[in-house]
Amino acid sequence: MRPKRKNPILRTRLPTLPPHARSRVALGLTAAAALGRLELQRCRNCGAIQYPPRETCHVCLSDRLVWEPQDGAGELVSETVVHISQELFFRERAPWRLGLVRLDCGPSVIAHLHNGCAAPPARLRVLNCLDRAGQAVLVAVPEKETPNMAEDRQLREMSCDPRNRKILVTDGKTAVGQAIVDRLAAAGAEIIWVGYAEPWKKFPGFERIKTIPQVTLMPLDVTESVSVRELAGEIGVKVDILINTAEHHRTFGIAARAGTEVARAEMDVNYLGLLRLAQEFGPVMRSRAADGRNNAVAWVNLLSIFALANYPPHGTFSASKAAAHSLAQCLRAEMLPSGIRVINLYPGPIDDEWNQLILPPKLAPAALAAAVVKALQDGVEDVYPGDIAQDWLARWRDNPKALERELAQS
Amino acid sequence: MSTDTLARLVADLAGGRIRIVDLTQTLAPDMPAITLPPELGQAWPFRREEISRYDERGASWYWNNFSCGEHTGTHFDAPIHWISGRDLPNNATDTLPMEHVIGPACVIDCSRESAADADFLLTVPFIEDWEKRHGKIPPRSWVLMRTDWSKRTDPEAYQNYDETGQHTPGPDPAAVRFLIHDRDVLGFGSESIGTDAGQAQHLLPPFPCHYYMHGSGRYGLQCLANLDLLPPQGAVLVCPPLKIQQGSGSPLRVLALVPMP
Repeated sequence: MRPKRKNPILRTRLPTLPPHARSRVALGLTAAAALGRLELQRCRNCGAIQYPPRETCHVCLSDRLVWEPQDGAGELVSETVVHISQELFFRERAPWRLGLVRLDCGPSVIAHLHNGCAAPPARLRVLNCLDRAGQAVLVAVPEKETPNMAEDRQLREMSCDPRNRKILVTDGKTAVGQAIVDRLAAAGAEIIWVGYAEPWKKFPGFERIKTIPQVTLMPLDVTESVSVRELAGEIGVKVDILINTAEHHRTFGIAARAGTEVARAEMDVNYLGLLRLAQEFGPVMRSRAADGRNNAVAWVNLLSIFALANYPPHGTFSASKAAAHSLAQCLRAEMLPSGIRVINLYPGPIDDEWNQLILPPKLAPAALAAAVVKALQDGVEDVYPGDIAQDWLARWRDNPKALERELAQS
Repeated sequence: MSTDTLARLVADLAGGRIRIVDLTQTLAPDMPAITLPPELGQAWPFRREEISRYDERGASWYWNNFSCGEHTGTHFDAPIHWISGRDLPNNATDTLPMEHVIGPACVIDCSRESAADADFLLTVPFIEDWEKRHGKIPPRSWVLMRTDWSKRTDPEAYQNYDETGQHTPGPDPAAVRFLIHDRDVLGFGSESIGTDAGQAQHLLPPFPCHYYMHGSGRYGLQCLANLDLLPPQGAVLVCPPLKIQQGSGSPLRVLALVPMP
């Protein structure tokens, strides 16, 4: 159900964070949580699976440890409710339910306990989530999906579910922008502001999204600082989630197009557009990061798998997305103290006019939109939607130099 | 003699017997820019970024960087802009003769026709009819086509696009040839975004005003405003473009000196 409106007499709280210190090895768990996966260390020597993460195996002291995906199935052994905490974050959120869970794969773990979990002994599922500090924490949820499971107070502290949120989609003229608007409306967004530039250019589908009840169209051109500032002044104080879909995509390398006009336009939208949005919307969103249940929670960037390794036929586009990828890391660092999550999407080629000459499989705009909403619901940080993105990611992780050569010869 | 003329000019200006009318649109980010198919090269729209505003970036001063294409806002087209004028002498903004940027202005009112038909084309009979009423276009004049298009302050209405492209008025090919060969004009000016009509790519030759005017060393002015404040004949146009090296055009301030009755 819709959260109550805030009492404007009371001071808007400042954001606090859960404890965020982690050892370098423990950040392996965070890396998995960023992708929405539960991974635990397995010893290649004796096969033991361990938690919490350590430098060596807790059984045989071998340092031959690998991170492996786990399904998280387990049993709740006991539970407790924290009423008093020295941590400001939990002090403000008490009471807080915790449980001791014995995982089927071996280790016993302390996990945040979803309110839908039955009293012990009970079967449940442990998720590896990012908390507001951007660090991995374990959350135990009911074994089977229950109605309104995402509405759990504790789980909502980890996720950025679009339900009942006020959301800005920066460009509604593209197929991707429109698919995301549709998906957000279906996911229960309360208000969807949809930006559009150059009003004299009509685009297919644009008339249709006007008719979605939650949608309000807003003039916004991310290449124009004044336009971004004016929109931030108008609605910035209400935006809970910002989804930057503005993108300029042309299909040239260096040799195929003389001059810098195309590359500059790509940088102006894909890189400087993000910078302009972040400068104008970032501060006001950070100020509302703890604004009750109607708070600012997430920022979503539409990047590209080409940001990781240059795809030479779309060389200058790739470079602009690499720049945006780097800037998104800066934005994430600056948002981290407030707890606002920065979600980066790295899709492979999207099925649109600029990828006309790329062979399938291509990512349908609707599939990308589904990935955006799922990322918000799951509270992950990095999303590589589609087969091509997953394939590139695997090859890039395995050997970035090899991928560079493969792309050079493709 | 000429000293007397200039002294009388400033006296008439000071005394309000000659009025200065600004024919320029304000350079602003939301001023519609020329739109071409997306695979072609694009002109930058006008953009402004603050350098400092009495702040930590410059405590006592305010200033901006701006960027735009040569053909942004109210702008001047030099002959080198079009392929037909590329080999003419003195065809760029830094070399064209300054005598050409001050001259008599003839204002042909097509506002009623343009309101009725956004694709209105100015024809030779229309010009001849205008001359019957207002006198023959003198040689070395600027001919300005008044359409009241500049009164369309909504960018969508100003650009006036549909699925077949832009719909704005302009001259037909014969009218352009007539103005050059029979009236020896200096240039042609319009209120919409091009000197040619919005659908002029379908005329023969495509974009006749650009093709013929620039091919014979004449100039263009577009995105003009306030043409309704000018008399049909009698005003003097002042329109020097920026001295951009090998410039194909430039945004500029266009003024008209108008004698008061």
